[in-house]
Amino acid sequence: MLYEKTIKVLYIDLAVGKVEVKQRTDLSEYLGGVGIATKLLEETVKPELPPLAPEQPIILAIGAISGIYPLVTKTVAMFLSPLTGEMGESYAGGRLALALSMAGYDAVVISGKASRPSYIAIEGDTVQIKDARPIWGMDSDVVGQFLRDSEEGRGRRSILRIGPAGEKMVKFASVCVDTYRHFGRLGLGATMGSKLVKAIIISGDNTTKIQNFKDYFRSYQEIFKSVTETDLMSKYHDLGTAINVESVSALGALPTRNLTENHFDEAEEISGEAFAEKSLVRKMACTGCPVGCIHIGQFRRKFDEGYDYESVSVAYDYELIYSLGSLLGIPKTDEVLHLIEVVEKTGMDAISAGVALAWATESLMHGIVSEEDTIVPLTFGNSENYSKAIRYLASRKNSFYEALGEGTRSAGAKFGGKDHALQVAGNEIPGYHTGYANLVGLTVGARHSHLCNAGYSVDQSLKDFDEQKAVNKLFDEELERCLLNSLVICLFARKLYNRETVLKALRAAGYPLTDAELTLIAKRIYSTKLRLKEKLGFDPRQVELPKRFFKTPSMQGILDSTMVERMISQYVEKCEALLAEKI
Amino acid sequence: MKVFKAVEMNRCIGCLSCMITCSAVNQQDHSILKSAIRIKTSGGLTGKFVAIVCQACKDDVPCAEICPTGALKKRPAGGVLLDKDNCIGCELCVGACTVEAIYFDQEAKKPIVCKHCGVCVRFCPHGCLELVEEVQ
Repeated sequence: MLYEKTIKVLYIDLAVGKVEVKQRTDLSEYLGGVGIATKLLEETVKPELPPLAPEQPIILAIGAISGIYPLVTKTVAMFLSPLTGEMGESYAGGRLALALSMAGYDAVVISGKASRPSYIAIEGDTVQIKDARPIWGMDSDVVGQFLRDSEEGRGRRSILRIGPAGEKMVKFASVCVDTYRHFGRLGLGATMGSKLVKAIIISGDNTTKIQNFKDYFRSYQEIFKSVTETDLMSKYHDLGTAINVESVSALGALPTRNLTENHFDEAEEISGEAFAEKSLVRKMACTGCPVGCIHIGQFRRKFDEGYDYESVSVAYDYELIYSLGSLLGIPKTDEVLHLIEVVEKTGMDAISAGVALAWATESLMHGIVSEEDTIVPLTFGNSENYSKAIRYLASRKNSFYEALGEGTRSAGAKFGGKDHALQVAGNEIPGYHTGYANLVGLTVGARHSHLCNAGYSVDQSLKDFDEQKAVNKLFDEELERCLLNSLVICLFARKLYNRETVLKALRAAGYPLTDAELTLIAKRIYSTKLRLKEKLGFDPRQVELPKRFFKTPSMQGILDSTMVERMISQYVEKCEALLAEKI
Repeated sequence: MKVFKAVEMNRCIGCLSCMITCSAVNQQDHSILKSAIRIKTSGGLTGKFVAIVCQACKDDVPCAEICPTGALKKRPAGGVLLDKDNCIGCELCVGACTVEAIYFDQEAKKPIVCKHCGVCVRFCPHGCLELVEEVQ
């Protein structure tokens, strides 16, 4: 907790309904966030059991300075991913970090399986496991509406919930946090569903006296000023991440129609500008963030004759416009928003759902699967059929959608279409086909996400591509992000939270750490992750990459698989060197 | 002398920077529960944000009227100032405020009232809050 060296962990065992709080001073050497979550996962995970076994834990954690500085707004979730079978790590914003801090916990460990559909209500010291039978089966947005009225803590609570896809344990089901944010990637929704937990509500009324007001507020103001008065963050506030749609397409790096193409001819139609002009109705923020990057798009839809319309508002971002737009060949903003809406309601990761459907579409074209399988004829550009297919996927309507709900890798292997299954180590790919650093980055990254080491950015920043330089950059970025994620800052602010700022912010909040100590913490966290991944049977050299990545030209042209293999080996050597330091 | 008004709440992004800085500056606390301004959602996050804060009542000031010790004194421009030494923590002011903008600090046993200092205005990134000349 703030100003303290102890890490307060709430343990909830759903099997026996037991709740325990432990003050873990030993965890302070991991600082917080992903550091303590990795350590807690290492302690509680059961590598010998399947990912959805009741014994497997869900861990939520915040950092040492969560909620008291601008953009220190995220919460990390760690679990055994049902999608990849190895380390699951996902981040969400919203109000969760603040709510956990006010409830008085640095971390929460949930294990066991409830005896009936339940939701967990954490209100400071009071933890209750309540009956969720009447809300089981509900769409994600409706659950939120019900719980908002029946639970306390308006204005300072956070509500996590799953949709039908989580209940059905679709392996890439997501958890919705406070309506517009998510633990999206790697299937935390399925893990919650497997424990029969429909929702988690967190609130509290903790207060904490500021110990050194002058230093703290000076630090706060400096950071606030850089956020609001420089152009460091303006991209995220103005058009938002959607600004990248046109530029990435122009680079020849935007996966389109299941990556049969690397640019979308109609990118302009679903660009950041197009969404801003046609759909954008408001912007919102996570608690404590003056940027407000959450872009809400609205569209209206006719549901009956007699001028009967309904309006729909959903949050959009670059990755969603890629996965439910260009990747499915959808060139209309309203149709992309409609697909986002259905994905939201059913509670699935938008990237994974889009990639799975793109795979199904191409498989149908090749005759690998039949229309009897897909129920509706899936064709690129037909959003109406995709919206039906999303529902089929979430409810695992027939044996085909049952199989697709296991993930794109699994479906590709089962039906014989793995060459065009856009996944790396089981995780469906984000919206970049920039080149070597991206592909290697996704493979070696701790959670196979573009956010592990920003390979897409490394590809764009290196003028003359040099494999060793790229590998070094990926490694250094992954390491530094272990530190940033131990504070659980929003990675949009990664340039702002340089070492100098981090040290100052920590010092003013009672953590007088040195630069060398921060490096040591980052190395300790990364080493722990690498050890854990090894224990879970992961070896990046064994990852089989789909042929499609080497067939469709990237921004850097056609990629050579031997070069990728070489870079992965070089990366593994760097990891081995880190592990040899025995931190 | 100026008073603070939440003038453009339609533009609010819900970052709560106003609450974080009000608590920090006026109560030296990290908790948003110590803030004199409160941002709430109406109807969940898909609804609009509302600011529950002192309306700077001028001539008829219910909280000052009900205060049995005179600890809440009228500000010339509107609103009140709290004289902590005179406050006995009776909470009558909390119930007297029609818009429910007085919060009770259970630790200090004193009410939290907005003194119209304007720190929240400085940290609002979207121009929702303003310091305005006193209303005639």
